[in-house]
Amino acid sequence: MIGSITPAEMEALRLSLEVAARSVLFSLPLAVLVAWVLTRALFPGRSVLDAFVHLPLVLPPVAVGYVLLILFGAHGPLGGWLRRSFGIELAFSTAGAALATAVMTFPLMVRSIRIALESVDRGLEAAARTLGAGPLDRFFTVTLPLMLPGILAGAVTAFAAGLGEFGAVITFASNIPGVTRTLPLALYTAMQSPTGDLPAARLATISIALGVIGLLLSELLARRVRRLMGR
Amino acid sequence: MLKVKLLKRREEFSLSAQFEAPTPGVVALFGRSGCGKSTLVNLVSGLLEPDEGFVQLNGTVLADTQAGISVPVEKRRIGYVFQDARLFPHFTVLGNLQYGQKRAAPSAHVIEFDDVVALLGIGSLLQRRPNQLSGGERQRVSLGRALLSQPSLLLLDEPLAALDAARREEVLPYLEALRDGLSIPMVYVSHQFDEVLRLATHVVLMEAGSIVAQGSPSEVSLLPQFRAIVGPEAVGAVLDGRVVKVDATIADLQLGHGVLRVSLRDARVGALLRVQVLARDVIVATEPPRGLSVRNALEGAISGLSAEQDDAVLVTVDIGSATILSRVTPEAVEALGLKPGLKVWALVKAVSARGHAFQLRTPPPGERI
Repeated sequence: MIGSITPAEMEALRLSLEVAARSVLFSLPLAVLVAWVLTRALFPGRSVLDAFVHLPLVLPPVAVGYVLLILFGAHGPLGGWLRRSFGIELAFSTAGAALATAVMTFPLMVRSIRIALESVDRGLEAAARTLGAGPLDRFFTVTLPLMLPGILAGAVTAFAAGLGEFGAVITFASNIPGVTRTLPLALYTAMQSPTGDLPAARLATISIALGVIGLLLSELLARRVRRLMGR
Repeated sequence: MLKVKLLKRREEFSLSAQFEAPTPGVVALFGRSGCGKSTLVNLVSGLLEPDEGFVQLNGTVLADTQAGISVPVEKRRIGYVFQDARLFPHFTVLGNLQYGQKRAAPSAHVIEFDDVVALLGIGSLLQRRPNQLSGGERQRVSLGRALLSQPSLLLLDEPLAALDAARREEVLPYLEALRDGLSIPMVYVSHQFDEVLRLATHVVLMEAGSIVAQGSPSEVSLLPQFRAIVGPEAVGAVLDGRVVKVDATIADLQLGHGVLRVSLRDARVGALLRVQVLARDVIVATEPPRGLSVRNALEGAISGLSAEQDDAVLVTVDIGSATILSRVTPEAVEALGLKPGLKVWALVKAVSARGHAFQLRTPPPGERI
């Protein structure tokens, strides 16, 4: 069965992986920064930022895709600027699908990283300080490594959730074969077709297999990281 | 010289402390839990900002609120050994030791890696992770890590408090070796007087956020403020003397014009020795004793009598440039007619005076500290 995977299915699988990977890579540094700001920085409007970051969790994904389309569409304020300045077109592109996925999975990632940051023993940072480490030095040699298990967990969760992102992607990036038709979009397309029962079943099976492999890998990774962290 | 004058107000607690201590040497901050000792060392380290005051080490100003100076913690070159060791779990012992060493200015390097590893006996632990170490080993690595950051002052905040008695005994000799082998000034926080007795060259007594007395351990041990902290049972004069004669298990200690015989193995003639003689272990006699097993009868004169809160009387006996305390009952005072100026013999069993060798190294003139 695996050997007989069709080119279209392969394409959807590859796109799903690519979109999820790009969204994680793009949003991870930002998520670490936002988590740090939300945990450590004291400034007025912190709760507003907190609410804003969590918004995609409570909004309908289609609404998120719609807002992205308004902002990042070819004539939107940000989309127009990106096109004129850098020649980047996000709407209806793979990068756009990755952006929509990143926005949808961002709260999951921030949440996980924030928990990791809150559990970092500040006494260790103080110890690093007495040993001569300045703020950035401390962050990269003590805080960040100690957060690593949480960061990886957040990245894995976001990646797994990103593989299945549907509403925001189809609204913002549309359903273009080979460009934005990821596994869930391909599955949806198959279900719309009168002869799509078998293809739909095969795509669903691939999705499930992908999920199971992802869970196993993340468990393995978590175990290795815990050992590396000396726990 | 370490000069400290600091003020910190908090809602529930305020600290006001001023002390000066000679360097090198070990300043012990001694007091009950919660009296502000840790707050004081955190202010010295810079981890806490004072409301007012200054910290000066050998002429260098580390903080001065009036002059608006506050050297950042990471630039103060103050090593800090925490009660809970605080080793980095994601580094090996080696990585922990090198963390501060790598960040010290090359010009500041006077303490060598190999020396520290040998001094603390941690050579076999270098590849281990902190979670594979015992409590005592962890504290030794933490000491090494602080030393290798080439500090000009070492703060130790109850480094043995989290250890059981056996582990404490394992680490204490290393602290003594550190005091005697390196000329780094240390501030040692403790609420255990036996640690202070073994390590300190200067004692600062703290109570409820302020300093109530300070001086050498033998001076401080005679003060009522000290008695108030340790309680009547633990009162006893601290005596520093030189070993003048050794037998197999007994060392003779010159004290004033008398000699105190103490149980101690491996003593060296000429070594400095510190003992504490608990007041409850000292008998006062008005005549030279005969036919007793007691090894020590130190001749002296009563210089003071003070009624303690628990109805006992504390007798101060001057034995010539040294002082011994004895706890007796009011009945005994009356029956023997004890009064200031009376000639007496202080009887001390050799086994109740436990000695600690004390070999503080005085740096040769001109050596950088």
